[in-house]
Amino acid sequence: MAPVDKSKVPWWVSNLIVPLVNLTLALLVSGLFIFIAGENPYEAVRLIIYGSFGYIEGFAYTLYYTTNFVFTGLAFAVAFHCRLFNIGGEGQAYIGGLGVFLVAINFSFLPVPIVWLLSIAGAVVFGAAWAFIPAYLQATRGSHVVITTIMFNFIAASLMVFLLVDVIRDTAQMGPHTVALPKEQWFPSFKDFAGLFGVKIRYSPLNISFLLAILASVFVWFLVWKTRWGYEMRAVGHNTQAAIYAGISPYKNIIIAMCISGGLAGLLGVNEILGVHHKIVAGFPAGYGFTGIAVALMGRNHPIGIFPAAFLFGILYQGGSEVTFDMPNITRYMFVAVQGVIILFSGALENLFRPQIESFFVNRLNMKASA
Amino acid sequence: MVSPILELTNINKSFGHVHANKNINLTINKGTIHGIIGENGAGKSTLMSIVFGLYQANSGTIKVNGKEINLRSPKDSIINGIGMVHQHFMLVENFTVLENIILGFEGELVFGKNLEKAKKDLKDLCDTYKLNIDLNSTISDLSVGFRQRVEILKSLYRGAEILILDEPTGVLTPQEVDELFKILRSLKEEGKTIVLITHKLIEIMDLTSEVSVMRQGEMVGHTKTENTNKEQLAEMMVGRSVLLRLDKSEVKAGEVSFKVKNLTVKDDLDVTRVKNVDLEIRSGEILGLAGVTGNGQTELLEALSGIRKVESGEIYLEGKKVSDSQNFLDPRELKDKGLAHVPEDRQRMGLVTDFKAYENLIFGYHDQQPFSKSSVLNHRDIISHSKKIMEEYDVRPQSPNLITSNFSGGNQQKIILSRELNENPKVLLVGQPTRGVDIGAIEFIHQRLIDMRDRGAAILLVSVELDEVLSLSDRIVVMFDGKIVGEKDNINVTDRELGLLMAGVV
Repeated sequence: MAPVDKSKVPWWVSNLIVPLVNLTLALLVSGLFIFIAGENPYEAVRLIIYGSFGYIEGFAYTLYYTTNFVFTGLAFAVAFHCRLFNIGGEGQAYIGGLGVFLVAINFSFLPVPIVWLLSIAGAVVFGAAWAFIPAYLQATRGSHVVITTIMFNFIAASLMVFLLVDVIRDTAQMGPHTVALPKEQWFPSFKDFAGLFGVKIRYSPLNISFLLAILASVFVWFLVWKTRWGYEMRAVGHNTQAAIYAGISPYKNIIIAMCISGGLAGLLGVNEILGVHHKIVAGFPAGYGFTGIAVALMGRNHPIGIFPAAFLFGILYQGGSEVTFDMPNITRYMFVAVQGVIILFSGALENLFRPQIESFFVNRLNMKASA
Repeated sequence: MVSPILELTNINKSFGHVHANKNINLTINKGTIHGIIGENGAGKSTLMSIVFGLYQANSGTIKVNGKEINLRSPKDSIINGIGMVHQHFMLVENFTVLENIILGFEGELVFGKNLEKAKKDLKDLCDTYKLNIDLNSTISDLSVGFRQRVEILKSLYRGAEILILDEPTGVLTPQEVDELFKILRSLKEEGKTIVLITHKLIEIMDLTSEVSVMRQGEMVGHTKTENTNKEQLAEMMVGRSVLLRLDKSEVKAGEVSFKVKNLTVKDDLDVTRVKNVDLEIRSGEILGLAGVTGNGQTELLEALSGIRKVESGEIYLEGKKVSDSQNFLDPRELKDKGLAHVPEDRQRMGLVTDFKAYENLIFGYHDQQPFSKSSVLNHRDIISHSKKIMEEYDVRPQSPNLITSNFSGGNQQKIILSRELNENPKVLLVGQPTRGVDIGAIEFIHQRLIDMRDRGAAILLVSVELDEVLSLSDRIVVMFDGKIVGEKDNINVTDRELGLLMAGVV
């Protein structure tokens, strides 16, 4: 098949139709899994939709998961624009959470809104610092960030366990977690807001971090496409030699991109610590950092794509847990597999049907134009 | 012994609008070393790639040993006894010699009998042709000369009777060249046929018994080497085509504004590519730097524009030292001082082809007012600026939002030129300004360069196109093997004289 002239493909074909086709295929394959496991796929879909949209607490959960995926998705995307494969979001988020907690607990004498701002800054600085070391090694020594960031995930996990067991553990308790932050520092949750309007709901982890996720998306869009920094990062990512020719330092931009990426991943700590747990619990990043990679790839590394992709994964997480409650044959791991299939179709096999779909639409449009 | 082993008849090959090979006829006799000579872009490599099955000809026939064959891939060529040693070696660096040679011809799942047999055959080949290769050494430990021998051995092992070598000496030291020639002669004595592609006259005279000359996609002559000489070949190579002299006012050169003193530069492999070069360019003057590709021009340009480190020597801009081996200005600082650079390879260096046109039109100047203000890009000003210079330089289509890779080569070149010339630089370094550009655009680009010169810029023009150097330059220097081997005022210089200098004859 002759390659399609890329300039003639309308944006909505490559950015909407193709991902939707891939997603549909992934869901069909997932449906097959569920069928083989001995459950009714239609029923499973109904449960997913009910679980993630059907009642207010469920929907709030969906948005809570979305928040986490937006942070880690954006984190991956920023580094990727500089062609850096930052798979260390997990560790950067973990260390970011440490930053949030340390700031909040040590500055509790300050007014609460200021503590919040400082804690957010703490998340960014700690996350960025954790990304800085791999970035520095990549920039100066050529140590590949894929290797170093994955090692730093393990180091972060070990370091945090050490801190949670030996250094900052709540000594009045047995578990590996810290003391809780003072109640006034907790982020207002969705429940509090609903209460203001007289709606009574049960517990919900959704909190104002969701707004922070929206802000972060706008920030990334602005950074990557509207500032000199983003411009230089993309230049280094697309063509390092040309960047050097233009006087743009690859060294500097690798470090900047990774630090911004780490900072964004660190924001996950804000959602989890200030919004949900109100203390550091062992293993709180719970794989969001890795799923963020899929979110970013599916969202084509653009905030406008990342937000819906994060929402989709939010639906899967929340709806998936609903399904596992009601269908005994479907385990939690089944949904990990479903996620895997989605990642497979929207990432690795992303170009499987792209040429066909694109040439189909290009031919249609040509026919229309000549008619 | 004069039976033809390879016959090409009426070979034609086009790439888009470029007619790379026009009605080529070529007969190569068995057991000879046949030279194919021509300038860069004359179509030598294209022709040999057709013979090796890498490209398919649009028309024409190929006969091996009198039998017409159909070459669809290198595999077909290998079956027919044609082997090729490329300019860039096709070896797996972390494999041993043996592993590289049997790659694709292992013949067994678990190494055993076949491997032993291969080892023995290879040892015999090495002995016969005095290749002197240790089969167990790893490629990455071998010098360039030895890697080339591995390529030769690989072709022989696969049964090559005709061995094509594409610019084999370009990467070798003089001693390695001697060794290679010895090997080629012993191959010939054993009855193998060798096709040597080169632009170095001296190699043709040394080694070949017959020579064919190509120019601009055509075969312009065949002769026995003993019946010709370097001067005659150079003339055939360059051609007597009437030069397109531009309407150019008398040179009004002013002060020396760019000066290079005793400059030495190494490439990425630590090979010295620029050797003790001195240059002076006055304002209002175009200095043409002629030379065959790969004689150090690329490294020179990169060093002068701040991309590559200077090994020794100094560079002065308007009387002030800007670079030596200790202190050097980076490309951006040089830009601020009024030095602009149009790089030789636009897609590798001059542009980010995935960027939109407007992003490339400010590339390298993106941090200056009005394009960027406290780190935020000023979209509106960038677009209006882009529209303005796209119109001025007739970049088509005039859409700043189009991705750059969708522009034609000539228009990509105009994007770079408009960007660099628009800044009114004091010193302009230009590499291959019209490579792959259509004729209309060439004229336009040349006129722009002359305009720049008349406005007082000092211009260094590096080009492998002799016509271009001759028609634009006020003064010409020739670079060969990293050294400046000649300097002439561009009055009554003939292309022949330059051709000889370029080939390192005088």
